[in-house]
Order: sequence, then structure tokens, then C-alpha cells
Amino acid sequence: MSSLPKPNEIHIERLNKSYASPGAGHLHYIIQDVDLVVKGGEFFVLLGPSGCGKSTLLSLIAGFVSKTSGQVRVGEKEVDRPGQDRAVVFQQADSSLFPWLTVRENVEFGLRMKRIPAAKRKEVSDRFIGLVGLRGHENKFPRELSGGMKQRVQLARVLSNDPSILLMDEPFGALDAMTRRTMQRELVNIWRDTDKTVILVTHDIQEALLLGGRIGIMSAGPSSQITHIYDVPLAYPRDMSAPEFHALYNRIQAHFEE
Amino acid sequence: MNGNFKKTSLNIAFWIGILVLWQLISLIYGPEILPGPLYTAKGGYELLADGTLLQYIGISAYRVLLGWTLGSLIAVPVGILIGKVGAIRAFAEPFLNFIRFIPPIAFITLFLVWFGIGETSKVMLIMYATFFIVILNTLTGVLSVEEDKIRSARSMGASEWQIVIHVIIPATVPYIFTGIRLAMGTSFMAIIGAEMIASNEGVGYLIWNSRLFFRTDWIFVGLICLGLMGFLTDRAVALLGRKLLSRYGVVSTSSLRR
Repeated sequence: MSSLPKPNEIHIERLNKSYASPGAGHLHYIIQDVDLVVKGGEFFVLLGPSGCGKSTLLSLIAGFVSKTSGQVRVGEKEVDRPGQDRAVVFQQADSSLFPWLTVRENVEFGLRMKRIPAAKRKEVSDRFIGLVGLRGHENKFPRELSGGMKQRVQLARVLSNDPSILLMDEPFGALDAMTRRTMQRELVNIWRDTDKTVILVTHDIQEALLLGGRIGIMSAGPSSQITHIYDVPLAYPRDMSAPEFHALYNRIQAHFEE
Repeated sequence: MNGNFKKTSLNIAFWIGILVLWQLISLIYGPEILPGPLYTAKGGYELLADGTLLQYIGISAYRVLLGWTLGSLIAVPVGILIGKVGAIRAFAEPFLNFIRFIPPIAFITLFLVWFGIGETSKVMLIMYATFFIVILNTLTGVLSVEEDKIRSARSMGASEWQIVIHVIIPATVPYIFTGIRLAMGTSFMAIIGAEMIASNEGVGYLIWNSRLFFRTDWIFVGLICLGLMGFLTDRAVALLGRKLLSRYGVVSTSSLRR
């Protein structure tokens, strides 16, 4: 039971990403000796200041960039390239959605690549377009949608491929505050209905506390590491005015004031 | 509606103004130096009546359209290949930037030697005029496809080939379109040069040959035909682009500057 890792578990051991600094004879580390275990079905938040290498860590898990040394395992498999088990929601919907495809065609993209018949594709896309609340917008193009709606398309697009892991790189960073709250609430609901593992990168402490089951704090770069991990023992949906919320907020805030 | 009407009447007034000015100046210098609009119209009627004008327009348009179509058809895949494969690009880019400064006209003599005095040399010249502009624009388009699009396609299970077909080509369409539209302009320049130097038919031949009879009015007829042909083909291409390619972000309505 304990020996076989679940396919949506992530093990990271002594992970390094570095590049040779031009001129200087030494290596420049973006992240150095990162250890992390994210359990299957967990909502894990990576929290850190801008430029701390949290996006790099996410890209390493996604398989977009190659590591310098160490290990990244998803289930039993060593990550060496992008895979359909790990879906990525990017910060900028405009750069990641396909503007020449309608909402439905965007959501069906992965299924089309797998040559799944049209009727089945429609069934799946109907379901996830409905889940993210975009019914009635199926035939619009991304440019006709608001920022929040575009992020919903991104979410539906990755969910339709049924990944076991969702990697989200500041997905709500470009949204206005009200839309962001709604999206955060809905993401928690979607996550709770599935057994997907979520790793979400953010620099917003409040967002981290609203979403994360655990929060990993990354130190400022270079040579970033995960310095602390906080359990967030609060029930969803979380109440921002609760004293426990405040207490945790202040403790985490203290890391960034040094 | 009202604004449109005002614009149209201003436009008509402008052209009438040009014609009046043209007529006035021609009265000062005499028809041998500057044939007026009436005189030119008479010359144009002569050429129309004996059939030469339509025949010449036809042959020039045929050469341009054939060479331009063939050139574009070859250039687009080549541009995508150069853009996609870094190893090829390393060799191709300096070469492209060397050769694009050699105007098509400079090749006329060589092309006559290589491809003969007939149609082939003219069509090849137009292909040359088209080829590098379309390649460079396609290449630029491929290089400016956002990394997020490619990454998201890859993590949704698209193969490298599917990424080319379903991401890179659609994302590059506006660049390709700009390239072929610009190439239309250089094709006209090239064909006129070629017809002046080595042809017995075509609008370029008409302009060049009219000097022997001192028929400046025929020269004007040729010039006006060129302007009209260029204008109409550009509008036709733009219209086709807008109708067929709007989902790819081709929206240009006004003429491109060359």
C-alpha cells in the first residue's frame, strides 16, 4: 500500500536548475536543492516573491524545461517532457489560448489531437464548458470574452483531457479582484469534486490561504528553496474574517518582511 | 451613412480636382510632353479598339498571378521549415538577408540566359520577387508564436507534427498573408522591368515601346493600367483575406504601405 506511489503524487528530490553566468566561472542557481512531496489529490500552493523561481519549479514539473540535477517524479515516472497527466493553466490566457478557435474548439483541442470522434468530443466539451459556467458562449472567439471568461476557457480546456495533476501559474493574477474571488471559489469546488492534485503558484498570501491545503513558502532568488511548509487546517469555503485565517496570514506575512 | 456619403463625395471631388489640374498643366506644356486626360483617353481608346491593351493587361496579369502563386506556394512551407528548425535557420537566415537586397530586376539577364526568352524567365522572375518576401514574413511569424501556445498544445498531447499543423501554421497566417500581399507589389515592379527589357507583349512593353513613336499618351495609358491592376489585385487579396481568414486575425482593410 505505502510502497506504490499514486499516479497523481509528485516527488521532488534535491532538484536543481542552474545556468552558467556569463563571464563569471560559477553556476547561477535559480532553484537549489528543492525537496517536496505533494500527495495525490492535494491542493498545494507555492507562495513566494516575484522572481523566486516558483514558475521555474512549476515548469520543471510540467516538463517544459530540463532540470540540471535531482529528481522529479510523477507517480513512478521520472518527468522528462510534458505529458497529458499534467495539465498547465497559464497566467496569460491571451498567449495560451488559440485565438483562431472558438471556445468549444479550444476546449476540444486535446481531444482532437487524440482523434476522438466528434460526438464524444462534443459530449466532453459540453460537460466542462458547463462546469466552468460558459454555457451559451461556445461559439465565441477568445477575443470576445473577458479576462475571467478566458481563464475559464483555459480551465475547461485542460480539464477535458482529464489530467491527474493541474499546474497553475498565477492563473488569477491578471483578473480584477471580484472576478478573482469568484474564480478562486469555483476552482476549490472543481478540485473538491475530483481527485486531482493541484499545484498553484502565487505571490498573493490571501489567495494562498483561500485555496491551499498546504502552502510552501519559497525564499527569494537566486538559489531559491522551499523554506517552510504550512498546513492550513481550515474548512472550505474559507472565511477571510476568521481569527485563524488572520493568525496564519500574519505568520506567513512575517516571512516576507525580513 | 452620412459620414460615408461625405467621404465618398470628398473622394470624387479629389479625383475631379486631379483631372482638372492634370488638364491645365498639359495645356501649358503641350501633349507631347504631358498628354492631358482627354488626349490620354483617346490614346487608350485606340489601344482598346485594336485589342492590344486588353491583351497586354491579360499577359502581364497572367505572368504576375502565376509567378506569385507558385512563389508563395513554395515559400510558405520553406519559411515554416526554416522557422521551425533552428539548425536550418542558422544557415538560411544570413543567406536570406544577403539575397533579399538583390532586386529581381538585377537578375533579368541571368534569368534570360537560364530560362530562355519565353514565358518561363518572366514567371521565374516573379517567383523570385515573391519568394524571399514570403519566406521572411512566414519565418518571422513562426518565430513569434507564443511559447505558451506551443507548451499548452504539447501538454495536451499534441505531437510535434500536430503542433506545426494546428498551432504554428494558424498562428502564422496573418504574417503569411502580409507577406504575400507585399509580394504582389514587388511582383508588379519586377514584371514591368522584365517586359521593358525582354518582351514583345505586356504593359511594360507598351510603356517602353511607346517611346519609339513618341506616344506619351500611350505611356500614360500604361501607367494608369498598372496603377489600376495593382490597386484592384491588392483590394481583391485583402477582401479574400478578410472573408476567409478573419478567424486567424487577418483584419487589414486599408492598403499596405510598401
